[in-house]
Amino acid sequence: MRYAMVIDTLKCVGCSDCVVACQTENDVPHGYCRDWVTESVIGTYPEVEIELRSERCNHCDNTPCVRTCPTAASHVIEGGIVLVDRDLCIGCGACIESCPYDARYRHPEWGTVDKCTFCVHRVHKGQDPACVSVCPTNCMYFGDIDDANSEVSKLIAVRKYKTLAPEAGTKPQIYYLI
Amino acid sequence: MIPFQISGSEEVFISGRNIPHIDPHLTLWEFPISLYLFLGGLSAGILFFSAVVHLINKEDEFKGAAKWAPIVVPFALSIGLLALVYDLGNPFYSWRLYTTIRLESPMSWGAWVLLIVTPLSILWVMTYIRELFPVIKYENYKMPFLYKVEELAVKYKKYMALALLPLTIILGIYTGILLSAFNARPLWNNAILGPLFLVSGLSTAAATIILFAKSHHERQWFSKIDILLIVIEIGLIIHLIMGYYAGNEMQIEALDVLMNGEFTTMFFGLLVVLGLLVPLILEVFELAGFKVPVIIPAILILIGGLIFRILMVEAGQLSRILY
Amino acid sequence: MNTSRRDFIKISSLGVGGAAVVGGLMPVKLFGKDTDFNYDRPDLKRLPTYCDVCFWKCAAWAYVDEEGKIKKVIGNDEDQLSRGRLCTRGTGGLGLHYDDDRLRTPLIRVKGKGENAEFREATWEEATTLIAKKMTEIKNKYGAESFALLKHGDIGKHLDHLFQAYGSDTIAEPAFAQCRGPRDEGLKLTFGESCGSPESTDMRDSKCLVFIGSHIGENMHNSQVQEVSEAIDKGVSIITVDPRLSTVASKSKFWLPIRPATDIALMLAWMNVIIFEELYDKEYVAKYTTGLDELKEHVRPFTPEWAYSITDLTPKMIRESAYEMAHAAPAVVIHPGRHVTWYGDDTQRTRAIGILNALLGTWGRRGGFYFNEKAKVPKYPSPDYPEPAWAAKDLNVDLPFAKEGVTNRVIQASVPGTTLPHQVKAWMVAATNLTYSVPEEKSSFLKALDALEFLVVVDLYNVEIAGYADVVLPECSYLERHDAIRASEFREPSIALRVPAAQPRWKSKPGWEIAKLIGDKLGLGDYFNYKNYKEVLEWQLKQMGTSYEEMLHLGVKNLPRKTGPLYLDDIPDYQFNTASGKIELYSHELADAGFDPMPVYTAHPQPPRDYFRLIYGRAPMHTFSKTVNSPNLNDLKNENNLWINPRVAKIWNLKSGQEVWLKNQDEVVSTFPIKVRLTERIRWDSVYMVHGFGHKNKKLTRAYGKGINDTEMVTNIMVDPLMGGTGMRGNFVTILTENPNESVES
Ligand SMILES: Nc1nc2c(c(=O)[nH]1)N[C@H]1C(S)=C(S)[C@@H](COP(=O)(O)OP(=O)(O)OC[C@H]3O[C@@H](n4cnc5c(=O)[nH]c(N)nc54)[C@H](O)[C@@H]3O)O[C@H]1N2
Ligand SMILES: Nc1nc2c(c(=O)[nH]1)N[C@H]1C(S)=C(S)[C@@H](COP(=O)(O)OP(=O)(O)OC[C@H]3O[C@@H](n4cnc5c(=O)[nH]c(N)nc54)[C@H](O)[C@@H]3O)O[C@H]1N2
Ligand code: SF4
Ligand code: SF4
Ligand code: SF4
Ligand code: SF4
Ligand code: SF4
Ligand SMILES: [Mo]
Repeated sequence: MRYAMVIDTLKCVGCSDCVVACQTENDVPHGYCRDWVTESVIGTYPEVEIELRSERCNHCDNTPCVRTCPTAASHVIEGGIVLVDRDLCIGCGACIESCPYDARYRHPEWGTVDKCTFCVHRVHKGQDPACVSVCPTNCMYFGDIDDANSEVSKLIAVRKYKTLAPEAGTKPQIYYLI
Repeated sequence: MIPFQISGSEEVFISGRNIPHIDPHLTLWEFPISLYLFLGGLSAGILFFSAVVHLINKEDEFKGAAKWAPIVVPFALSIGLLALVYDLGNPFYSWRLYTTIRLESPMSWGAWVLLIVTPLSILWVMTYIRELFPVIKYENYKMPFLYKVEELAVKYKKYMALALLPLTIILGIYTGILLSAFNARPLWNNAILGPLFLVSGLSTAAATIILFAKSHHERQWFSKIDILLIVIEIGLIIHLIMGYYAGNEMQIEALDVLMNGEFTTMFFGLLVVLGLLVPLILEVFELAGFKVPVIIPAILILIGGLIFRILMVEAGQLSRILY
Repeated sequence: MNTSRRDFIKISSLGVGGAAVVGGLMPVKLFGKDTDFNYDRPDLKRLPTYCDVCFWKCAAWAYVDEEGKIKKVIGNDEDQLSRGRLCTRGTGGLGLHYDDDRLRTPLIRVKGKGENAEFREATWEEATTLIAKKMTEIKNKYGAESFALLKHGDIGKHLDHLFQAYGSDTIAEPAFAQCRGPRDEGLKLTFGESCGSPESTDMRDSKCLVFIGSHIGENMHNSQVQEVSEAIDKGVSIITVDPRLSTVASKSKFWLPIRPATDIALMLAWMNVIIFEELYDKEYVAKYTTGLDELKEHVRPFTPEWAYSITDLTPKMIRESAYEMAHAAPAVVIHPGRHVTWYGDDTQRTRAIGILNALLGTWGRRGGFYFNEKAKVPKYPSPDYPEPAWAAKDLNVDLPFAKEGVTNRVIQASVPGTTLPHQVKAWMVAATNLTYSVPEEKSSFLKALDALEFLVVVDLYNVEIAGYADVVLPECSYLERHDAIRASEFREPSIALRVPAAQPRWKSKPGWEIAKLIGDKLGLGDYFNYKNYKEVLEWQLKQMGTSYEEMLHLGVKNLPRKTGPLYLDDIPDYQFNTASGKIELYSHELADAGFDPMPVYTAHPQPPRDYFRLIYGRAPMHTFSKTVNSPNLNDLKNENNLWINPRVAKIWNLKSGQEVWLKNQDEVVSTFPIKVRLTERIRWDSVYMVHGFGHKNKKLTRAYGKGINDTEMVTNIMVDPLMGGTGMRGNFVTILTENPNESVES
């Protein structure tokens, strides 16, 4: 089993609903976020295109953040979900420095590191992550990419896609349909 | 909205991301980490020289290296560790570092090496402290076990020295590897960083020893060593820069921060000129017989060493993998 | 709960092994307890509501924890408007509940006006007594009609009731003359009915969608956004006409970066292509429309080549986009837009949109426009309202097609010595931030505010208009109150319930209670024959065959249609609600009233040298000015930016992120600076900003001074002669890099 997210940039409108949904679902402190939306503008007027991407921890297959963690607080659980154990984290920031996506932050109150959990508490109950479940354009998909019949697998089988900074070698598990 | 430019096109966070210490660019590791790396490298260097001097039985010839300079080490390491702990988000849990060994994590490595080197450095100093400061009488402290410790330390000093050689090299390299282990920061992600930090640490150690040297002979020797180290260091820095120039877009962009960005003046003015070239020239002059107060190049080198860490830590965090 | 948590911990400790496998190395754990994430979350209780962050009114659930704290608001799956998904603003709506900058108690003004006003706290008793006394005074002196109600949003229903009981129908809202008025009247003139709200666009089944200015995706009207997305999945092709690469333009097959203010020329050219290349739906046009011959003659000269020099759009682009829609017809929506008060000929522009839709046979067709239906909610028994001597509509002299109250006319009628037939003496302003939503007409606004004998403001926040109020009343947020049953028009009729998910914060009160308190004091107790609005809801729901308890469980209830099929094809001999019973391509009604019976292109001024046209729109995470201070949504966007094309910026030497001030053609200078965003997404002749920022009230701590309020820059108002819409896009601004207010400030 390998959880992954597929996000259709052709449908995303950059509304940031995914961001605020994550904040309310996961009590993300004000001024911080576990996910965010990026807009890339390519070309010059009037030949302009934009790409809108909802970004978060890529729950990489190859996790520098876990490797550099000195206390094993950063770890991977079944399904490839990368988590931080708050009881072990000393807030040294090594994982933050090692994430090419700037997907982690130090929690202002706890001092420990916080990041996207793929909403493991929801996934565990068979629900979609909060961001996926609110997206008004329905452009985010979550599922088991090892299962050829899952929606995520089917989408990346037929659609053109990319991942972010593949050259970083982290094998990110968020796929952007382009 | 934080705009940043990627090869001519516009890239913005449209969800108002502005996370403290992450945006607009990473500033998570600040001065304490630089200080920690500096003091770690310095301590490693001093202990290394001290151990070598002991092993070649030249303790009397090089008294500054063998005995005086190492007194700095326990303090330097403690301050370094304090700086590190201060920089942690959750400092009261720092003991968690010692509940596991994570071989792939330089941070874990460093924690363990420091756990060994710090007490060793104290033992090391203990072996001769009463000789240097006869006023120190353990009797006064009513702590008889310290006698025992001292006795053992003196007895096994040779083994200690043998252990210190690899340990200090590991510690010295570690201060560079800690950074170079981060693929995500192109400026750091370079195999030269380990050796470079080691050499730079040794050079700052040599400078410290010059400050503590008890004879002109010792000063001259360590000036020579330092000149060699500075030349190697400059060589490594040039190698580093050429490597980046020959590298990919990310590395070129990363180097830009040093070569023509926010840190350029600091890099050329403070590090290259004041921290390396000027002391190099001064030391060469001194060797050639001109009268130069040794304290000047030595202090410049120490400042240069610290600046180098500050530069690498801060500029490194500015560099990122582009996507 | 407990079992799942234990399972979870089991999995997580397994996970450490998993980590080792992935990481390649076993982390050696010397001591310390087993991994425990604390990632599980407690179960929450849910209460039904419908979102009030905009006027779409999506049904939702408010989730409340054991301590009664609202944790999140999530769409109701059964709701056609939300389909279980709220938009950004709805998801972040709980910020309106949590904002500590909200009004806390009733306030009575003691000194000064506007920004310098000073207030003292008052009790509800004192405040409502004062209001009732003043209302009685005004009624005795000038008649109840001279007390106007300017309102927007849900509290409107309760206050309408109060005002009508009191004897005033002098009621207007910015949703008409600043928003959808021209569209509604233009469509009525064409089809005999408007598209309603939510718009009856059948977009989920469209094959081609045409957006003229309408910027869906930034304009986050929920089900529309969802349906466009669904249509994209099905391969819809989109045509967007916008001087700016709007979000939806970026998803379009054709982006037509039109020169602003020339849309009618484009539409005439489209008509020309569609008619002369015989691409129109001949059967539909013959059966349901009148006036094709006149239209054909009318558009004969308006070729794409003619339109080219006007619109900046190449004939090829115009033709190909026309073919695109014609090929997809009738499953086409040429969206009539919503905020359409642009250039003063907006009703006519909507007519052009209507005519195009008619030519392609989209009205009443699958994938085009369906016939919507709304549930009927029985009125809670109360005495008949007295007949007022005059109403807001009577101020609409020379605006033959203004079928609702026009805010600006009410404002003008409040200026002493008005030329309008009636004088307004006092206002109640509820849930509308007039200084931000109604552009000022030659300072008549300030004159009116000065002359008013009494002004009550009912709001959530201490907004700018409150500075002029004699009494300010704090309404509680929608999450803290009961409200009228939502009966939205849609494919199927539905009702939705809103109950309080938390107690009103501080001393704020729900709108229904405010209306009742004042009503009771006015001696209108018979109209408010209940202790709590819950009684009203219980009675109404029972009449409708359900119950309060059932609705507490369901939140929303979809009812069967009663008015017949969704589409024309299923209705024999359909008659449109126009004079001719047909779609009026040529409008006799307009001709008779002395207006152009078919849309005509008039050239509007283009920006002079060194000036840019100021255009504005929505950001998906904010509703106008009302959410800017709300903590959650402010986190997402706390200021607006000035979009400028980089080529222009080069000439003007501007950098991204630089702060600039604006000055308009009437020498009006912006109060605050705005940060520049250099972007290729906009034409050279226009600058763009999101509406609603630049708050002037320091009490709005997060919003104060952030960005520019576009309304401030809108001093040239192009009034629609048909219905009084206030066209706001005929304003030109120049850019100032030095603070022009510096000397004033220090
Ligand atoms: N320049 C310019 N002007 C415009 C527009 C534009 O784009 N640009 N858009 C126009 C359009 S389309 C429209 S529809 C109008 C909208 O105009 P308005 O409806 O006036 O919009 P807002 O400015 O959001 O004002 C809403 C007010 O309600 C208050 N409020 C919020 N929640 C509650 C509540 O629960 N109870 C009470 N009592 N008050 C509450 C807010 O604090 C705010 O003062 O503006 C129009 N004016
Ligand atoms: N997130 C969010 N969504 C909202 C609202 C909100 O406040 N926030 N408000 C809601 C309300 S009440 C309304 S009325 C609607 C309004 O939503 P729309 O009807 O979509 O709004 P407009 O203001 O007409 O559209 C703004 C667009 O028109 C373009 N434009 C400017 N000038 C011209 C021109 O001359 N020609 C053409 N073709 N395009 C032009 C602008 O570049 C911009 O993209 O939004 C609704 N949805
Ligand atoms: S909620 Fe969906 S549409 Fe909105 S920004 Fe996130 S991914 Fe894009
Ligand atoms: S995105 Fe960053 S934090 Fe997430 S798994 Fe990859 S490297 Fe780790
Ligand atoms: S901050 Fe926490 S999770 Fe990150 S590396 Fe340090 S201990 Fe591990
Ligand atoms: S998966 Fe959950 S934690 Fe991750 S970004 Fe989405 S909502 Fe936030
Ligand atoms: S469209 Fe968004 S803001 Fe408007 S009612 Fe629906 S969820 Fe609320
Ligand atoms: Mo509107």
